[in-house]
Amino acid sequence: MPEISQEAKERHWAKTRNLTVLVLVIWFIFAFIVPWFAKDLNAFSFIGFPLGYYFIVQGSLIVFVLLIFFQNWRQDAIDDEAGVGSESDQQ
Amino acid sequence: MIKGSFIDNLGRVYALYTGGFLAFVILMAILEQFGVGADTIGILFVAFTVVIYAVIGWLSRTMQVEAYYVAGREVPAVYNGMATAADWMSGASFVALAGGIYFGGYGYLGFIVGWTGGYVLVNSLMAPYLRKFGCYTVPDFIGTRYGGNVARFCAIIVLVVASFTYVTAQINASGTIAARALHIPFEVGVWVGLLGILLCSMLGGMRAVTWTQVAQYIVLIIAYLVPVIWMSNKQGFGVIPHFSYGDAVARIQELEPLVGLGAAAVDGAPGGVSILRTPHNDPQGGMDSWKFVTLALCMMAGTASLPHILMRYFTTPSVRAARKSVAFSLLFIFLLYFTAPALATLTKLQLLDPTLPTAIIGQSFEAVRSLAWIQNWENVGMLALVDGNGDGILQLNEFFMRPDIVVLATPEIAGLPYVISGLVAAGGLAAAMSTADGLLLAIANALSHDLYYKIIDPKADTRHRLIVARVLLIGIGALAALIASLQLTGILGAVAWAFCFACSGLFFPLVLGVWWKRANTPGAIAGMVCGFVAGTAYLYYVYPGGMGGTPWLGIDHLRFGIIGMPVSLVAMVIVSLMTPAPDAETQAMVDEVRVPSGKTILGAAH
Repeated sequence: MPEISQEAKERHWAKTRNLTVLVLVIWFIFAFIVPWFAKDLNAFSFIGFPLGYYFIVQGSLIVFVLLIFFQNWRQDAIDDEAGVGSESDQQ
Repeated sequence: MIKGSFIDNLGRVYALYTGGFLAFVILMAILEQFGVGADTIGILFVAFTVVIYAVIGWLSRTMQVEAYYVAGREVPAVYNGMATAADWMSGASFVALAGGIYFGGYGYLGFIVGWTGGYVLVNSLMAPYLRKFGCYTVPDFIGTRYGGNVARFCAIIVLVVASFTYVTAQINASGTIAARALHIPFEVGVWVGLLGILLCSMLGGMRAVTWTQVAQYIVLIIAYLVPVIWMSNKQGFGVIPHFSYGDAVARIQELEPLVGLGAAAVDGAPGGVSILRTPHNDPQGGMDSWKFVTLALCMMAGTASLPHILMRYFTTPSVRAARKSVAFSLLFIFLLYFTAPALATLTKLQLLDPTLPTAIIGQSFEAVRSLAWIQNWENVGMLALVDGNGDGILQLNEFFMRPDIVVLATPEIAGLPYVISGLVAAGGLAAAMSTADGLLLAIANALSHDLYYKIIDPKADTRHRLIVARVLLIGIGALAALIASLQLTGILGAVAWAFCFACSGLFFPLVLGVWWKRANTPGAIAGMVCGFVAGTAYLYYVYPGGMGGTPWLGIDHLRFGIIGMPVSLVAMVIVSLMTPAPDAETQAMVDEVRVPSGKTILGAAH
């Protein structure tokens, strides 16, 4: 692998960590906060569903799927920028 | 055909396979038109699919360590996503999930959110780092990161307990389906199911399991989606029901007070069946919310700690591919999980709504008893009608059903041809078998690689190691089938326990192993032991079959990970801080794990 400096490694890790924190905050909102308030959200309606119910059966799930694709897109960019995106040599 | 060119031709091979499977379904539909009996079609469905899996298993046989443990680390991300989805979606997801939603309402939906949201944790905290590590098993990571056989041994114990709890439920599910499709007693069905499972995994280990799981995913997703979409079109609920069943939810809420939802059951029903008492969508906030999020949290953390899932990400060619395959895993899982609530809702509406021809509630007993699907399921004791008030009209509290049968009975309720029921049986079997395969392999690999090779006999040669692995696989499978045939727990209870065992013992030692450099050996051991013991002790305290104590704050036996996880975290942090920091070599290793490129920490054939 190409050797990168300690400093570059630290910068890469700091960015990775920030991205992870962001992802986990979004995850927390849709995994816990939204279902917690399902009763209140049910007062609203979305494409014919009570909103609280919609998030639990579909909305949060869609957010999770998109969130992982988003995280990977950003993480790949972080890796490439730091020069550690190479996929070879890992067999 | 299998090596090299097989990987290059994956798309063609599986397209051919999918086409072949669809052709088989059409052939069965034609046979049905020619008057071939329902029983024969059921048997053909089960036999045909199991033979295909066995052939794939046989073609993938191997005597190489790398191929046996991690499928040669050459599984492309999308295929690993499919294999993980099959590995993940068990008999419980396929067979019991929609039934659980049907009967459990809001409280049960915690499983839906938990079993999908967990993948966010897998992707951000675990999978890429464990892949970079280059381990063969999860205890392999614990043993190398923390060093020493004690930590490795603790991880093996947690892994075996969690996975074994889970696998008995899967063998139970495959036995149930095999018994019904092949018309054999359940006790025999369990062993038939085990035979199919072992045929897939024994000769080729992870490589064979990978390629059969891809095949099983294709069968199970077709088998789940086709009946729902067909039923929806036939009953006029929309072409793709997923985005339009909001009206059905509203209609159910309208009907619930009219049909007397919540009335207690009448006496005289056999065991194992229950009436519908929980509203479809009526969260009360407060305690309801608390129970929802605690269940979801246990299932999510459990997802991120269950070794049979994590080890799937060891099979990709690179760290980036591991991450990508987590994304595809969740996408493929999502297809089933966002269908299950639609299925539960539409099936419930069909039974309740008096304006629909399929309604049974409010109809006369005579008319309902004459329905073929009622007779079929009543004969096997999974459904019961008891005229409690003697008025000759079926009330909601006089209709008893086993939650597990909602998915299996839906095609019959909606009046779809029998070929669809056969398809559903094949799908359920694929789901149960693929998960059982992954779990058995996780247990046998941990015992053969970590216990036998790393702890007992580090000088063992390759041949010896792989023979030990296979003997263990058969032994553990037989033991699990034996326990499953005793039918100690329901399918779903055992599954929730497995998640709680895994997250109590393994979640924090795994996460902190990557994310906290200061975590050391004594801390990890304390975290695994204290979390696991606390969780298990609480389970014993709260389970009706144990001490039967009153749950604290509504934390019942399905969510005992809520007790185990904090204990694990606190014990691990305190003990780590009280003992010396890990040496420079270990800290450098953690730094290296955080860099996605470059060689794995552990060598290719360790």
